[in-house]
Amino acid sequence: MQAELLDIRNHIAQYPPFDEMPEELLERIVTTLEVAYYRAGTDILELKQQNYWLHYVRSGAVEIYRRSGELYNRVTEGEIFGQFGLLRNQQVRFPARALEDTLVYKIPFETFQFLWENDENFADFVEVEDRSRLRSAVSRQEKSNELMTAKVTRLISRQPICAPATVRLQEAARIMTDNGVSALLLVDDADNQHRLKGIITDRDLRTRAVTNALASETPISEIMTEELITISARSYIFEAMLTMLHNNVHHLPVMEGDEIRGVVALSDIVKYESQSSLYLVSNIYHQQDVKSLKKLSLDIRDSFVRMVNEDANSHMIGSAMAGIGRSFSQRLLELGEEKLGPPPVPYCFMALGSMARDEQLVVTDQDNAMVLDDSFIPEEHDEYFLALAKFVSDGLAECGYTYCTGDIMATNVKWRQPLKVWKGYFTDWIENPKAEALLNSNIFFDLDGIHGETRFAEELKDLIASKASESQRFLTFLARNALNRTPPLGFFRTFVMEEDGKHQKSFNLKRRGTAPLSDLIRVHALACGSRSQNSFERLRDIAKTKLLMDDDAGNLRDALEFISIVRIRHQALAIEEGREPDNNVRPEDLSPFERSHLKDAFQVVSNAQKFLRFRYNAGGVRNV
Amino acid sequence: MSELPPGTWPERYRALAAEARDSRIRAFYEAGCPAPETPIRDVPLLALDFETTGLDAEEHAIVSVGVVPFTLEGIQLGKAWHQVVRPRLPLHQTSVTIHGITHSEIEQAPDFSEVLYTLFGYLNGHVPVVHYRNIERPFLNKALQSRLEEELRFPVIDTMAIEAHLHPDRNPGFLKRLLGAEPLSIRLPDSRLRYGLPHYTGHNALIDAIATAELLQAQISHHFSADTPVGDLWV
Repeated sequence: MQAELLDIRNHIAQYPPFDEMPEELLERIVTTLEVAYYRAGTDILELKQQNYWLHYVRSGAVEIYRRSGELYNRVTEGEIFGQFGLLRNQQVRFPARALEDTLVYKIPFETFQFLWENDENFADFVEVEDRSRLRSAVSRQEKSNELMTAKVTRLISRQPICAPATVRLQEAARIMTDNGVSALLLVDDADNQHRLKGIITDRDLRTRAVTNALASETPISEIMTEELITISARSYIFEAMLTMLHNNVHHLPVMEGDEIRGVVALSDIVKYESQSSLYLVSNIYHQQDVKSLKKLSLDIRDSFVRMVNEDANSHMIGSAMAGIGRSFSQRLLELGEEKLGPPPVPYCFMALGSMARDEQLVVTDQDNAMVLDDSFIPEEHDEYFLALAKFVSDGLAECGYTYCTGDIMATNVKWRQPLKVWKGYFTDWIENPKAEALLNSNIFFDLDGIHGETRFAEELKDLIASKASESQRFLTFLARNALNRTPPLGFFRTFVMEEDGKHQKSFNLKRRGTAPLSDLIRVHALACGSRSQNSFERLRDIAKTKLLMDDDAGNLRDALEFISIVRIRHQALAIEEGREPDNNVRPEDLSPFERSHLKDAFQVVSNAQKFLRFRYNAGGVRNV
Repeated sequence: MSELPPGTWPERYRALAAEARDSRIRAFYEAGCPAPETPIRDVPLLALDFETTGLDAEEHAIVSVGVVPFTLEGIQLGKAWHQVVRPRLPLHQTSVTIHGITHSEIEQAPDFSEVLYTLFGYLNGHVPVVHYRNIERPFLNKALQSRLEEELRFPVIDTMAIEAHLHPDRNPGFLKRLLGAEPLSIRLPDSRLRYGLPHYTGHNALIDAIATAELLQAQISHHFSADTPVGDLWV
């Protein structure tokens, strides 16, 4: 190669799949390529035309279409197109048109074949379509974390310790002491089947038996926990961790069908992963005032960074952070009740938005509400609940969960109402949808009861699940709102090109990525009557229906995972460098790997938005 | 310079071939020239760039040559050629640093006459494309004259002349200059910018030849068409 052509070689060598290519292959590319210029708007490849070139964009931007004429992708500097036809019969499968004035390096078919035969990385790159490329990127990132690859059964070191549910309190305590366990499983062995009936833990003995000075002859069945949270023996350790975080339990019976395989305790996981965020959670419950909670909250960011460095996936991190936030709220409510006395009527404290979805990160505000028992009388009771709401809200703000700018907090009287009023709210939103009202109430469709009478929240979930799927108008409005924010399709190494041709220096990964995704997943989830709140779980529910085609749910999952993890890494890096984490990412801060896969992910989002508009008849708002 | 024979360029080439004394120059004319009405899409082109020690062909000399054959469809990088040559005239220190060619490179380089065969190998059958013909044509002729005592006559497509033609009012009048208007530059890098062509960091005869070829492709796709007769473009 002429040394004078180094300029061209160096340009190509920056971008995947050329960035890992040996020198002699790069040289072969440079010495066989041809340069061609296309004015904006001219066709570069036409459908079914014979094409013997792999196209590399040196400058400018090119739009790739499906045979239906629908926009499929936008490629820019350093990206290739035309490979799919080359791999088959050298016939164009995806037509291409210059979006801007574009300079293309055309790599001839013979060179393409040579690269394909001699460079595995190149062959992999050109063979997979963007979506499967995204999937292999996601799985490549996930492989290293042990919590995610080890089954929960690895933590079981002994036979489960069980006793008949008929034993007395003292006997139960003796069995636990003799066997050195912190939890005892209680079974119904009437028919010798060892059916699991309940569980009693050290903590239960302290809080339920000792505190209330129960007689040692009290049947254990009177104080055992009967609504059992269990986990399947096929689950991974991280799933056990998520389950504990979500439900605030420290022991999980591990089941294989109806059979009890053992018990996994919080301490087992903490031992397995000593720096676990569960450790932080268990500490939260030991704090006695807001001041010490505030001090503990400084550890949240460390916990976050550690999980990122341990290659946890976004679901784990989002759940762990939500679990921590939930624990802070719960502890504050306990402290508030200690200070203000027991509540005059039953109530449920609800988390909304990302905390309810188990998708919280470190930069977050508080979104919450209170559902009060229908016996609530404002004149008599509201003073208490306002004081409690204020105590929790102020405490959360102290701990870094800033006040909600939209005033969606239990301190707002509108969001501190009896169950019947809440049912009225949801019924009105669903049956008489108005765009403006729904835009502001979107967040209420991600809800989770975290303290008190959580069945109130469950009743609201039931109401939503049964009414939402019936109201096409509601789904149409919700879908329209979900189309308000679009992903950036054209971003280059140093800037983002918006649809109107304007250039931006950065883009907001939440507003342009994860938020539009969770919005559109919510629409599908409500349409299919799902009661799940987490986007990944919603996608699992959606995948069981015929709502989406083929593997669209899987593609959405990969896109959500990838965009989330880039956002998470971006924040972790800021924390490590002593900067305040945010959601604004400049393309130049991304690695070529991230840039290339983010584009694939955004493409998935964009396609999913198109489908959403079509499926729920939500057109006419904005052209994506 | 002798008087140009009458007729079209293909006719002139035939007449000049009969008069040529040097076999290389005769072969160049015999390779022929496309008729002026030939659509530009069918014309084999050769982008040509010299790096010189200065602007005056009488005083300065060529230090490097870069060529790349192309058509509207593609610039063939695999057939690109770059050659440093040793000038007969003393080298000006200043321009040596500009071109990034070291003294030792030039001292070891062949004389222009030694690379003529190769250069003609590229030129024959192609219409030369340059940015600013008042460098390449006189310098080439001066070099040929001093070595072969013959000159070469040929039509040339000048991308700078095309830019000048496209922007006849590029020099703002007195009043506009007072108001801060600047003249529109038709230099190679500035012209490329107007067509969205990338900036090359390297600066050498080959990169400039490639840059010129790209510029012509861009000019034709914006302002002419693939069917434009070559006779409308060359001068």
